[in-house]
Amino acid sequence: MAVLVYADHDNSTLKDNTHKTVTAAKALSNDVDVLVAGANVDAVAAEAAKIEGVRKVLTAQSEALGHGLAEAIAAAVTPLMANYDALLVPATSAGKNFAPRVAALLDVAPISEITQVVDANTFVRPIYAGNALETVESSDAKKVITVRPTAFKAAGEGGSAGIEAVDPGVGAPKTRFVSDELVKSDRPELGAAKIVVSGGRAMGSAEEFQRVIEPLADKLGAAVGASRAAVDAGYAPNDYQVGQTGKVVAPQLYVAVGISGAIQHLAGMKDSKVIVAINKDADAPIFQVADYGLVADYKSAVPELMAALDQVKG
Amino acid sequence: MKILVPVKRVLDYNVKARVKPDQSGVDLSNVKMAMNPFCEIAVEEAVRQKEKGAAEEVVVVSIGPTQAQETVRTALAMGGDRGILIQTDADPEPLEVAKLLKAVADAEQPSLIIMGKQAIDGDNNAVGQMLSALLGWPQATFASKVDVSGQTVRVTREVDGGLQTLELDLPAVVTADLRLNEPRYASLPNIMKAKKKTIDIKSVDDFGGMPAAHLKVKKVTEPAKRVAGVKVESAAELVSKLKTEAGVL
Ligand SMILES: Cc1cc2nc3c(=O)[nH]c(=O)nc-3n(C[C@H](O)[C@H](O)[C@H](O)COP(=O)(O)OP(=O)(O)OC[C@H]3O[C@@H](n4cnc5c(N)ncnc54)[C@H](O)[C@@H]3O)c2cc1C
Ligand SMILES: Nc1ncnc2c1ncn2[C@@H]1O[C@H](COP(=O)(O)O)[C@@H](O)[C@H]1O
Repeated sequence: MAVLVYADHDNSTLKDNTHKTVTAAKALSNDVDVLVAGANVDAVAAEAAKIEGVRKVLTAQSEALGHGLAEAIAAAVTPLMANYDALLVPATSAGKNFAPRVAALLDVAPISEITQVVDANTFVRPIYAGNALETVESSDAKKVITVRPTAFKAAGEGGSAGIEAVDPGVGAPKTRFVSDELVKSDRPELGAAKIVVSGGRAMGSAEEFQRVIEPLADKLGAAVGASRAAVDAGYAPNDYQVGQTGKVVAPQLYVAVGISGAIQHLAGMKDSKVIVAINKDADAPIFQVADYGLVADYKSAVPELMAALDQVKG
Repeated sequence: MKILVPVKRVLDYNVKARVKPDQSGVDLSNVKMAMNPFCEIAVEEAVRQKEKGAAEEVVVVSIGPTQAQETVRTALAMGGDRGILIQTDADPEPLEVAKLLKAVADAEQPSLIIMGKQAIDGDNNAVGQMLSALLGWPQATFASKVDVSGQTVRVTREVDGGLQTLELDLPAVVTADLRLNEPRYASLPNIMKAKKKTIDIKSVDDFGGMPAAHLKVKKVTEPAKRVAGVKVESAAELVSKLKTEAGVL
């Protein structure tokens, strides 16, 4: 059995989600290849070749692939599946966008966001915002699976796989890329950060979010997250949303400031190692999952926290 | 132009799912059910397109039990024109749903399908992408803005790192994300009006029969519970605990 892993990258750097998905793939087979689909991705492919245990790296390059168009990726990946028994894709918005499309073209039932490989046909995945875990068995000869990266350890470095170019396919003839509006940030990436600081509706405005949450995150070297309420209100960009229908994170430390702890939010962060909640309502549900709860107004608590951090960090 | 909107009846988002003691699934007896929130957003968007003059007819379709009629009726009260219920007590997996919806699309010939990005019960986030592939139509998932003009639709999508705008040739499939719009509450007069709108009750056999299932649920279990920790008195105590006790600083 051979497995194809789809690499997560932004055409310039390879993301850690790839390494984690390789680990999931290794639970299925020792023959794991990685596909880097994009535009000008030679450097990314060289990175992928260094992942430990990877047999071969394939590259597929075109403009449409560079924009991550689902139709183009599906057109490039589907024929490759003649050589593989499973396709494993990191469950990012880019991965979720095209993986089911490949499944439909192969007449395969996709299996979304697995958190465990039980055996070659059986997988565990969260359903109902993580309030239940489903063990599901597939009768498909070929599998199309998205992998929740936070559930798997990253594969190490030290490999030296060969790199081979493959046919990029027909592109996306009925879809045209118009524009990107990407948020630039020097902070660690939300999905991969060791520490995450998230702000909620309590912030009240984008200015307040920037004044309170961002300096705290910077002091901790953390990524910034937000609740849906904060994103809906425009306090934070959409890709900051943590939760059932946003990003799933599992950092060493998650700090929730002015977030109530709705089940949809908990679904995205309850696997964090240590959870801290700052909320002025002692009955807020977030305290039921927090390791350390501080019942306080964030307006005084966050400045005090910053000062206390200065002290320990010297 | 006709817009088709597939909607699913699911456990209400405010209700916490409970796993059945025999591990056969989530207990759905005597709990509040509602339209999947992303489907509500899809219905709202379709109705707004009609109100803007970009569409003439909004057709709503659901695959589900008899009670899913209420879900379709809700969509009609929001402004949908006509409904279809493919009645089944089976719980079809996304591939089966996509195949049935393809048969509906073949019969209805819509120019645009707007649907939810994800049903909040199975959390699959798959049917829209699969339906689009089966139809051979272009797709735009996770939409936060939809502009129809002539034979194309321009969609802004929520992606990793920000937003992406695409232009698709019609017919196309669009899946709705949270920021696309805020769904209206149906007004009483519109609820009354919806009672007179048609819902065609169909069987899966009207659409080629139930496709074969490829997945089997072996069991459904409860996840490990997190236990609540301690309350600290001050920010200074918090930092000292994080450093010495938790070791995360
Ligand atoms: C289909 C669907 C999908 C969803 N997906 C997600 C998702 O992915 N992620 C997500 O987060 N949500 C999601 N939600 C929304 C979720 O249900 C909640 O509405 C949301 O998480 C609430 O955000 P919040 O905690 O910031 O706001 P609120 O619930 O309003 O909580 C604000 C909190 O701030 C506290 N507070 C107020 N002032 C202060 C102060 N001065 N100091 C300290 N504390 C203060 C209050 O006590 C309160 O607990 C989804 C909902 C639906 C229907
Ligand atoms: N049983 C169903 N009947 C009608 N539409 C459905 C059904 N199941 C899923 N859908 C549609 O597919 C979307 C995505 O669902 P899913 O891929 O299951 O997360 C939903 O928001 C609906 O628009």
